[in-house]
Amino acid sequence: MSDVILCGVGGQGTVLAAKLIARAAMNAELPVTCAETIGMAQRGGSVFSHVRLDRADASPLIAHGFADLIIGLEPAETVRQLSFLRADGSVVVSARPVIPVSATVGGPPYNLPEIMAYLQDNVAQLVVVDIDAALRKLANPKVQNVVLLGAAAQTGALGVTLDELRKAIHEIVPKRFIDVNLRALEFGASL
Amino acid sequence: MHPEFLMGNEAIALGALAAGVGVACGYPGTPSTEVLETVASRRGKGTYVEWSVNEKAAMELAAGASYAGARTLVTCKQVGLNVAADPLMSLAYVGVKGGMVVVVADDPGPISSQTEQDTRSFAQFAKLPVFDPSTPAEAYAMVIEAFSLSERIGSPVIVRPTTRVDHGYGIVEVADEHEWIQINAEGFVRDPSRWVIFPRLSCINHAAIEGRNAELTKEQSSSPFNRFETGKGRVGIVTQGVSFSYVMDALAHLSETTTEFKRPPVLKIGTPFPFPESLALSFLEGLDEIICIEELDPFLEHSLAELIGRHHLSVRVLGKLTGDVAPSGENTVESLTDLLARLLSVDPPRLPALPQAPQLPIRPPVLCAGCPHRASFYAVKRAMAGQKCVFCGDIGCYTLGNAAPLEMVDTCLCMGAGITIAQGISRVDSSVTTLSFVGDSTLFASGITGIINAVYNESRLTVCVLDNSTTAMTGHQVHPGIGRTLMGGTTEKVDIEALLHGAGVKTVKTVDPLDLAATVETLREVVALPGVKAIIFRSPCVVVARPTAHSVVDKAKCIACKRCIETIGCPAISFDGDKAHIDETQCTGCTLCEQICPVGAISGGVRP
Repeated sequence: MSDVILCGVGGQGTVLAAKLIARAAMNAELPVTCAETIGMAQRGGSVFSHVRLDRADASPLIAHGFADLIIGLEPAETVRQLSFLRADGSVVVSARPVIPVSATVGGPPYNLPEIMAYLQDNVAQLVVVDIDAALRKLANPKVQNVVLLGAAAQTGALGVTLDELRKAIHEIVPKRFIDVNLRALEFGASL
Repeated sequence: MHPEFLMGNEAIALGALAAGVGVACGYPGTPSTEVLETVASRRGKGTYVEWSVNEKAAMELAAGASYAGARTLVTCKQVGLNVAADPLMSLAYVGVKGGMVVVVADDPGPISSQTEQDTRSFAQFAKLPVFDPSTPAEAYAMVIEAFSLSERIGSPVIVRPTTRVDHGYGIVEVADEHEWIQINAEGFVRDPSRWVIFPRLSCINHAAIEGRNAELTKEQSSSPFNRFETGKGRVGIVTQGVSFSYVMDALAHLSETTTEFKRPPVLKIGTPFPFPESLALSFLEGLDEIICIEELDPFLEHSLAELIGRHHLSVRVLGKLTGDVAPSGENTVESLTDLLARLLSVDPPRLPALPQAPQLPIRPPVLCAGCPHRASFYAVKRAMAGQKCVFCGDIGCYTLGNAAPLEMVDTCLCMGAGITIAQGISRVDSSVTTLSFVGDSTLFASGITGIINAVYNESRLTVCVLDNSTTAMTGHQVHPGIGRTLMGGTTEKVDIEALLHGAGVKTVKTVDPLDLAATVETLREVVALPGVKAIIFRSPCVVVARPTAHSVVDKAKCIACKRCIETIGCPAISFDGDKAHIDETQCTGCTLCEQICPVGAISGGVRP
């Protein structure tokens, strides 16, 4: 059993990452449900997907304090979702912030050092991914979701294996992007 | 049969296809949109599918197809049902021949809607049976059952999922295509005593409908969609939809943390109207109290309170009406865990306590980087600076023009209303200049009626048509102005200029909103004219057009005045502490910021 939350900002690819986990689970014949943000909130807003593996009749949303793993594509969004994590849960987070317009036009500011320190202090198993370095190497800014998925699989908390994820990439991702996504997965797993 | 991992809306579509749907139509609206898109992408040769201009058109089209014997599907969101209320209320009296299922997606929260209205209540008002699924798999089964019920009773039947079911994914066993039911529609058979509504026919049919619903009240007690799980104690829970799974999770959490937890019996209602009375009565046996857990209206609570009163039972009903359950908003597992712990007098689970989190940035939804609506709003703002104006907005991505720093939406009510509300405001206050913003899809859906009203009644009004050649907010659906249909074919484009001229608008100008100076000049000239006039701001949605250029800031020239940040609010532009910075992964090179920079420090974009 595994309850996983993916979070980030609209357009970062949480939906595809959630679909890959679900496909991998289906291939492993595990029951799986998923819920995600769709609609107005997608336009630059905070987005999340909840993926629940191997729980028959689970509700589509995970309760606060019950997630095994958070895959955070954005640091502030990860803090926003942190109350969902179990006390002994894991977090895999990208170190790159996405600073909203509101923070530059008088809204609450974005204090990255404070946010990263909060994660360091309050997460039992934290993996911080230097996504800029990863993307330079992979030469594609769109695959940070799969890099994080690779890193998450490596923690053991994801509930599906790297092999199952590789197979899911072959089945779901459009042909011309399969190779870069496979490389992103391996890169994430090697961190 | 085979398993698929499906979104609830996809499951609904596949259910309709398995049931042999011949005509499917609707108007996009979150959270319903994917149903019709999936019918379009998965349909066989025998199914016709269209995005109609609005929900009323869709409902009437489906009614005609059903008179002719086809199985039909209409999809919309809850506020879309209001638009289609006129045909549906009468159709409930006239009835149908081919099975007709109306899928109406409700939106507790609301997450992307104007209202928290409850289609179960609407179904009761219209006297139509309604199904309320709790999972994608149940939604699939309910749609198939709804078609068969509709045909059996000769009436439209409603299936009412909510957002978390529409957009939740699960594994669903679905029929293979060769297993889909084949319907051969016999065509329209003339029978004025059946298809022409008159007061006398309505009176006869009204009585028949009430009799039928009384019968269904008995029948639905044995429906597999209504069931109860036995439990301990004299307090029971009655619930529905996605809240059923939240209740199950909440009870599991409470039983983990409470020793000797008495798990209460739970009744789940999947067919709220007509209400399965005998099943509810047997559930109530031996109970002193029931807790009604549902989203939106206290529908089950009302039904049960009435049933208990009619049968002189001594059972307390706790819910929204008694103030024990929140009257609005979504349920969650945690809200129900707390609620049930309180009402069942047990300790709630202790959650890990986190220290106060640092202040986080807020991310209200914003217009995309490069969105032509931003340029349109900014041009109007600049052109109208210093004048007393009211900006009447409408439903679509461009509602987001309300946000700082643009702040260009003073009113927003419902589809098409911006045009008519502006007329009302200027009737009362002649000192203001009123401008209405309407999207291309919204103009066709219901804006055009307001324009005809303005011309006929001699209003003074400027209509700003924001034409991005798509229905953007709901995920880029086709509409009459594009020249393509949901079936994938090309078709005649309805020409917006000609349409407005035909409605009697004498001045219709078309501008490229990304050409700021020219747009401002056109605005100044057109707004000053008397009567009704229109400006079409034409530039494609960037999510569809995907321009590949991007602008860069020459840091040596940038004087850090922040005008590019503080006037247009583009999400690609930020301040790096010293100078303006443009995120190249977001920027589309629309050049709006280049035209605003007072020192020419930004360049590199290409106006599409």
